[in-house]
Amino acid sequence: MKSETIIGLVLLALLLVAPAMIYPVFLMKVLCFALFASAFNLLIGYAGLLSFGHAMFFGSAAYIAGHTIKVWGWPTEIGLLAGMAVAAVLGLVVGLIAIRRQGIYFAMVTLALAQMVFFYAVQAPFTGGEDGIQAIPRRPVLGFIDITNDLTLYYVVLAIFLAGFLVIHRTIHSPFGQVLKAIRENEPRAISLGYRTDQYKLVAFVLSAALAGLAGATKAVVFTLASLTDIQWHMSGEVVLMTLVGGMGTVLGPSVGAAIIIAMQNYLKGLGEWVLVIQGLIFVLTVLVFRRGVVGELAALLARVRKPDDDGTKDAGTTAASPTPHH
Amino acid sequence: MFELLGIPPQALFGQLLLGLINGAFYALLSLGLAVIFGMLNVINFAHGAQYMMGAFGAWLLLKHFSVPYWAALVLVPLVVGALGVVIERLLLSRLYHLDHLYGLLLTFGLAVIFEGLARYIFGASGVTYDNPIPGGTNLGFMFLPWYRAWVVVFSLFVCLTTWFVIERTKLGSYLRAAVERPDLVQAMGINVPLMLTLTYGAGVALAALAGVLAAPIYSVTPKIGSEIIIVVFAVVVIGGMGSIMGSIVTGFGLGMIEGLTKVFYPQASNIVIFIVMAIVLILRPAGLFGTAK
Repeated sequence: MKSETIIGLVLLALLLVAPAMIYPVFLMKVLCFALFASAFNLLIGYAGLLSFGHAMFFGSAAYIAGHTIKVWGWPTEIGLLAGMAVAAVLGLVVGLIAIRRQGIYFAMVTLALAQMVFFYAVQAPFTGGEDGIQAIPRRPVLGFIDITNDLTLYYVVLAIFLAGFLVIHRTIHSPFGQVLKAIRENEPRAISLGYRTDQYKLVAFVLSAALAGLAGATKAVVFTLASLTDIQWHMSGEVVLMTLVGGMGTVLGPSVGAAIIIAMQNYLKGLGEWVLVIQGLIFVLTVLVFRRGVVGELAALLARVRKPDDDGTKDAGTTAASPTPHH
Repeated sequence: MFELLGIPPQALFGQLLLGLINGAFYALLSLGLAVIFGMLNVINFAHGAQYMMGAFGAWLLLKHFSVPYWAALVLVPLVVGALGVVIERLLLSRLYHLDHLYGLLLTFGLAVIFEGLARYIFGASGVTYDNPIPGGTNLGFMFLPWYRAWVVVFSLFVCLTTWFVIERTKLGSYLRAAVERPDLVQAMGINVPLMLTLTYGAGVALAALAGVLAAPIYSVTPKIGSEIIIVVFAVVVIGGMGSIMGSIVTGFGLGMIEGLTKVFYPQASNIVIFIVMAIVLILRPAGLFGTAK
């Protein structure tokens, strides 16, 4: 517990001074995707649900925030909340349908429903088709925080990320989170203990969708753009990749994975189609030899150093996303 | 000439034929997915990419080696199927002891690699493949291109052959037994790991065959795989993967529904299959032909 607090404070301090060393827009992109991946991880890492359509929440919230802020002239914070609310409602509808199937079917159903939302976004008049919604104005947040300056906006985005991250952290460590883990490990047993597992899964799904929406809406404000890229199935695959690389079922893993993948995309930009190939290779390698992800492997290593008699082989990813949650 | 609800019959039957052709591809692909899933418990996300490889494979053979369509129809599934065998031996077989989700994630990674490579080699806009049987016949109520008729008839034949092999032959009985109790079948002296490998190879070959069939109809781009696989996933969810015949019927049926939607409400033609999926999930979560699992 103590070391966890120390790690948290060090990371927070680093995030506060980071813009002095690193380009703020890059950092904001990392933070948006870190929140997106953390929200996704709430499902796969803690409830054992693989959603292959999370781009629909990310992208639709981006469109809603973009439209309300640009066309309807809403204040930034209300636009963000509107995007998040629409993502939550969409999450409720999709969740109600998808939760009727388990495992692999759940993944296929979410992917298919996300594709439906994508086709809607292609045709709907307000999304601007191939152009997307461009030049979304950066209105002052709460009426007085001027976010046209990238550095100020960075701290706003950091605050949003931390709020979302704390909600996820709190959820995981609550009795509700414990029930989710029980469902992940053994759903029939959780049912036999009297838990209405479908309701728990649905609440987790809506929460995850809402936070993914918050991430998407924030991304739209940062880049003043909401486009089809945000809602395409590639985006759903990317968030799976980030979480997998960082470590499914770990608190920090998705954020680390987001940082790694965004940095990689940034540095390899000149390589064109090869970026896709490299991402696919990382996917394959991670699944084959590196299932616990960066943070999961580090935590397992630490555990081995501390307790040499427990070699930690038991949690080596034998069930879905099973590395025991490390903190 | 009569008209139906203000729709000229030419348009109606034309779209129905298109729907039937799309349905033929849905059936071929969902059949392969179902066969692979039944034996390996893996959802083969790379199925769309392997379909795309089939289409590009036919084009490559014609362009660089002047191999005609009819030879490609045999050669390409063999080559891509052999690649499937390698993938199963080297990669997939390492994941059988894990949760099914890892198989999905691995094949997703493969699909991304294949699509990226195809974009690098052929460019995003893709290529076109000349129709090997041009022309057609006028049926009075519509014009029937020969090639489209061939696709429908041939894919139906392939689907029914697959069904026959699995449900009515000795080999099929081994396969079905190995789905239920691989340990017992192994104890009878049948090489189950080899069966898994060959099943994956056969499923992949089916996808590549569909790709060769599709090459002269659709423009061949790196995207065709990922576009069709998501629809096929929906088809599989609607039909349930328990039944071979179910996959075939659902595939053709949904293609027709899509075609009809194109006639009567074109805006919804992209999403009608997903809507059907949502309705089926609400009314009958296990799928039309599936059993709860």
